Amino acid sequence: MSERRGVEVRLENLQRRYGTVTALDGLTLTLSPGELVALLGPSGCGKTTALRLLAGLEDADGGRVVIGGKDVTGLPANRRNVGMVFQAYSLFPHMVAWENVAFGLQMRKVGTAERKKRALETLELVGLGRFAERYASQLSGGQQQRVALARALAIKPQVLLLDEPLSALDAKVRSRLRDEIRRIQLEVGITTLFVTHDQEEALAIADRVGVMQSGHLEQLGPPTEIYSRPATPFVAEFVGLTNRMKGDVHGGTVDVRGTRIPLVDPDVEDGPATALVRPEAVTLASNGEMEDGPLVGTVIAIAFLGAMSRVTVDLGDTIVLAQMATSAASQTPAGTKVRLTLRPDPVLIQREQPATTAP
Amino acid sequence: MKAGFQRRRRRNLQIFRAIVLIAAGLYFLVPIGAMFEFSTRANDQVSRTLGAWKSIGTFPDLVTAITASIELAAITAVVMLVLLVPTMVWVRLKLPRLNRIVEFVCLLPLTIPAIVLVVGLYPMYLWMGTNLSDSILTLSFAYVVLVLPYSYRALDAGLSAIDVKTLSEAARSLGAGWLTVMTRVIAPNISNAILNACLLSVALVLGEYTIALNLFYNNLQVEIAQLGRTDAAVSIAVAVASLLFAFVLLTILSFVGRGRVVATGQTGK
Repeated sequence: MSERRGVEVRLENLQRRYGTVTALDGLTLTLSPGELVALLGPSGCGKTTALRLLAGLEDADGGRVVIGGKDVTGLPANRRNVGMVFQAYSLFPHMVAWENVAFGLQMRKVGTAERKKRALETLELVGLGRFAERYASQLSGGQQQRVALARALAIKPQVLLLDEPLSALDAKVRSRLRDEIRRIQLEVGITTLFVTHDQEEALAIADRVGVMQSGHLEQLGPPTEIYSRPATPFVAEFVGLTNRMKGDVHGGTVDVRGTRIPLVDPDVEDGPATALVRPEAVTLASNGEMEDGPLVGTVIAIAFLGAMSRVTVDLGDTIVLAQMATSAASQTPAGTKVRLTLRPDPVLIQREQPATTAP
Repeated sequence: MKAGFQRRRRRNLQIFRAIVLIAAGLYFLVPIGAMFEFSTRANDQVSRTLGAWKSIGTFPDLVTAITASIELAAITAVVMLVLLVPTMVWVRLKLPRLNRIVEFVCLLPLTIPAIVLVVGLYPMYLWMGTNLSDSILTLSFAYVVLVLPYSYRALDAGLSAIDVKTLSEAARSLGAGWLTVMTRVIAPNISNAILNACLLSVALVLGEYTIALNLFYNNLQVEIAQLGRTDAAVSIAVAVASLLFAFVLLTILSFVGRGRVVATGQTGK
């Protein structure tokens, strides 16, 4: 990894309302220099609004935006030195690739020769040097987004903002470009805010992931922490799949169908609750004769996911998902009677009325 | 058998196209040809002369009117663009809820007959003539209103074909001010629409008669009409010349537009 040269970015108590709708409700977030933070959340949670306020494309109703120690809250977008890649293809159709990349440099009064040189260098950085003379209409979607990334980087911005830049691309290109973005971000060492609704994308690319709901951050942390130790039921259910299983809380653990599982937060009152159990914490066995029990059920479906498979088991009063290696899942075809085992990974609980399995 | 059917169908289509083209050509060319024939008729009604054409330059009022009309067309097109393009872009970006209102206002002149417009404009021009200027070029104010519906439609089609919001935000994030966004990003991408709007404006202004006549200005059409009462041949020659001028202008503009589309590799944008 190269030396990080980015600046610190702080969003302090940012507020934004559209009429009666509150898009951002006091968002506070600090990005360390050279860090890539992904904002993840459902549509309407305020993640894009946060990014647009940081870019200066919208005005905040309250709060501050501080980039590299300088308060830029009142500065218009064109004076913030922020590079941005948009969700929609945003290359200027009347310019070829290198002219697009050079546009920001021209705005900064860089001379023609130097402009072209730097534009071509940045295009090389994103692997598109040989496409420099092509118009946007002559490039694929993935190539266009790479040129857009080069254009954003060419101006040597203090912050790079990525507004769902991969959402218009097909799965294979998306995955490749995602890795490419991360490689370039690390190489350049720029502080980056990446907005996405795709949890896989966020978990794969970010140093830290911020999960947003209703205009505020539910949790901010490294991807492993977000996934393994979700701070709230919303995070647990939004990031990855979750089984909702009835249980009884007692002494910092929850008893789920005869299995005691420790709680993420042991300081809760005893009593009935719903445990949120990850599918990969559920294993199953189908060894011959099997007596009825609270964790015995029938396989009703198997979803092939490549190396892994997701098995749906009907326990009679609830449906449970189990995720395992495809080789193991293939031992239990639909209709097989199986016994589930719950791994004692710490879980969150919910006090609301229990329901069936939630995606 | 299928290939034979396809061939027949293609041939029939070509014949149909040729018939339509010829019919349309005749519709336009026969009157112009008749006008040309009339303008080159000598006094004996048998021999041909270009006397009427040659004498166009000898009518100073006519030359003045031609110059004024061309200036009016240019001023109208420029003022229309300066007014309409930023307004339409701004409404799209910042006030989309006003889009319908702007459209309604721009299309309104279409529903008001020119003579009614004159009734409304007359007191204004009377005041302007006394207090500001009585130059014929002040007619461009009225003409800008007159060309609004056509220009709006042409520009609206151009702006609808591009993602104005994303392009302008991308340019802004790269350091461009609003003027640069308009001139370097939006305008080049709606150049065909701008050309079409200009063309419609120019054609409308060059052919405008009612407003100029009733506001007591002598533009090209008013002069042609007046000339027609004294020298019909010259009047018709000027009319043919102005038609040819508009035709040449149209051809040049359409080639310029096509050249840009080929250059940027754009299709439909």
